[in-house]
Amino acid sequence: MIDEQLSVLAVVAPLLAAPLCVLMPRARWSWLLALVASVACFAISVRLFVLVQSDGMIVTPLGGWAAPWGIEYRVDPVNSLVMLIVSGISSVCLLSARLSINKEIDSSRQPLFYTAWLLCLSGLIGMTVTGDAFNLFVFLEISSLSSYVLIAMGRDRRALTASFQYLVMGTIGATFIIIGVGFLYLATGSLNMADIAVRLPDTIATRTMESALAFLTVGMGLKIAMFPLHLWLPNAYAYAPSVVSAFIAATATKVALYALIRFLFTIFGYQFSFVEMPLSAILAVLAVAAVLVASTVAIFERDIKRMLAYSSVAQIGYMLLGIAIASQAGVTASIAHIFNHALMKGALFLALACVVYQIGSVMRDDLTGLSRRMPWTFGAFTIASLSLIGMPLTAGFTSKWLLVQAALAAGWWMIALLVLIGSLLAVVYIWRVIEIMIRPPAENAPRQEAPLSLLAPAWILALANIYFGIFTGINIGSAKAAAIWLLGGVS
Amino acid sequence: MDILGHLNYWVVVFLMMTGFYVVIASGNLVKKVVGLNLFQASVFILYISMGVVTGGEPPILRDGTDVYSNPLPHVLILTAIVVGVATTALGLALAIRIKEAYGSLEEDEIHLKETEGLNDTSNHSGESAGGIDG
Repeated sequence: MIDEQLSVLAVVAPLLAAPLCVLMPRARWSWLLALVASVACFAISVRLFVLVQSDGMIVTPLGGWAAPWGIEYRVDPVNSLVMLIVSGISSVCLLSARLSINKEIDSSRQPLFYTAWLLCLSGLIGMTVTGDAFNLFVFLEISSLSSYVLIAMGRDRRALTASFQYLVMGTIGATFIIIGVGFLYLATGSLNMADIAVRLPDTIATRTMESALAFLTVGMGLKIAMFPLHLWLPNAYAYAPSVVSAFIAATATKVALYALIRFLFTIFGYQFSFVEMPLSAILAVLAVAAVLVASTVAIFERDIKRMLAYSSVAQIGYMLLGIAIASQAGVTASIAHIFNHALMKGALFLALACVVYQIGSVMRDDLTGLSRRMPWTFGAFTIASLSLIGMPLTAGFTSKWLLVQAALAAGWWMIALLVLIGSLLAVVYIWRVIEIMIRPPAENAPRQEAPLSLLAPAWILALANIYFGIFTGINIGSAKAAAIWLLGGVS
Repeated sequence: MDILGHLNYWVVVFLMMTGFYVVIASGNLVKKVVGLNLFQASVFILYISMGVVTGGEPPILRDGTDVYSNPLPHVLILTAIVVGVATTALGLALAIRIKEAYGSLEEDEIHLKETEGLNDTSNHSGESAGGIDG
């Protein structure tokens, strides 16, 4: 009985805890409540993941109203994996949030910070579990509005302009998405994703559907930070509070990408999206451009948070490329990279949270001798960097390997070559940072390792990068199952 | 094509493009928020007008009417209006904070102050004009 309601509980738990956070008399209690709610959400996600792996899709009609009249939550092999990573990253980031946030945000505003965090989490989880197109838009806005607030809480005043820019571009994206959903409703008379998919073939070859696809792709593209719609991302990641960068970088764009996958494959279907419409070519060009341009910009970036932000744009390119290939292998690589990239970017930004806590700067030149000054932080940063580059035995390698294989299988050898060049560019920008970190520090530089409660979360994610690079059952295995689920008969 | 028959769509397109233009062309942050609002409002009209059923009555149960307009898009757009209000409120709140922090609401002046901040040591982190978004 309770198992059927779990997907609802995963959304409701953080949603209910959010207003309670404001009422807590002390910031520390708000933090604890947020952590408990997030861990509860993670536990539910694990349970759902296990259930879906064994029994298949779980459908929960809300309030007992059967679809297509009511809203229903559907947990299937695709979104159970995304849910797992979103709630897991949120929990790990919250672990390190207390110290880091104490230093970066006034204690009077901390309860509001945790409220916004929980709202963002529940919005992201809601986007993944919902089976209703309009409901997806509402959850998208819940998560977006709260992430604008989270970003605006950064210490630097540029966080405010970054947040404003994100708000403008994010709202345009979200509005495009409702236009797309509106067209879908206009043509099919339904908002339930599965129901739309059933009714769509009657009207598929109309201009309405073509523009619906265009609006949804561009709208989601803005939220995904698909090149060249990524302009909001670098500043937003660079000036947000450290743990927020880790959380948003690892989850928000991934969930939007999941939503795009959902629209393209579940609603419009492979045939319309990739055979009748030239989406493959468009996405492939944009993805490769993202990899090459953003990686090159990252090389010249002196602020390491901005460098990682540009690297995120490039990594999103890899995920889009997997979708563009649109084969089972390609989509597998894309979903696996969603999972792996969350692990590596989470670890990198949490390691930077340690650096900000101790040194107060993430400019490349201020990190001379970090390997001696903060050896453990440096260790976590290096492991995650290797994963980002795609070293064998790390998670980053597994998904990039799949992507190259998928590109070769599709006959896109040129694209496969460009993916490898992109990895080489990643080696360059990562090496420029590592090289400064391993220089001998200044004579009087003290050893100033970060406290354990900041180091532990970074190391949890860094070790996860190694674990999932060796034991690929969860990330690659279930990504493969998800791709089979999405593509059905198409190989 | 029946131009007058699609009047609602023309209104929507006109409003949407006006809003979009204001968002892009205006350098003032408050005007940008207003443009964004107009942009969203055009979609509200799109939804509301798509609920019309030819010959339909308002969707209130009454004797003697069989054909009703579709109330669902209206309900959906209520939600979207709430979202729009929240976005506008947040955008204006951010504009106030930006005015406090920079002393200006004009995009070019703010940008100028951000690039000046590069030489200012009290501002810890780096280049804002760098990269391809400059």
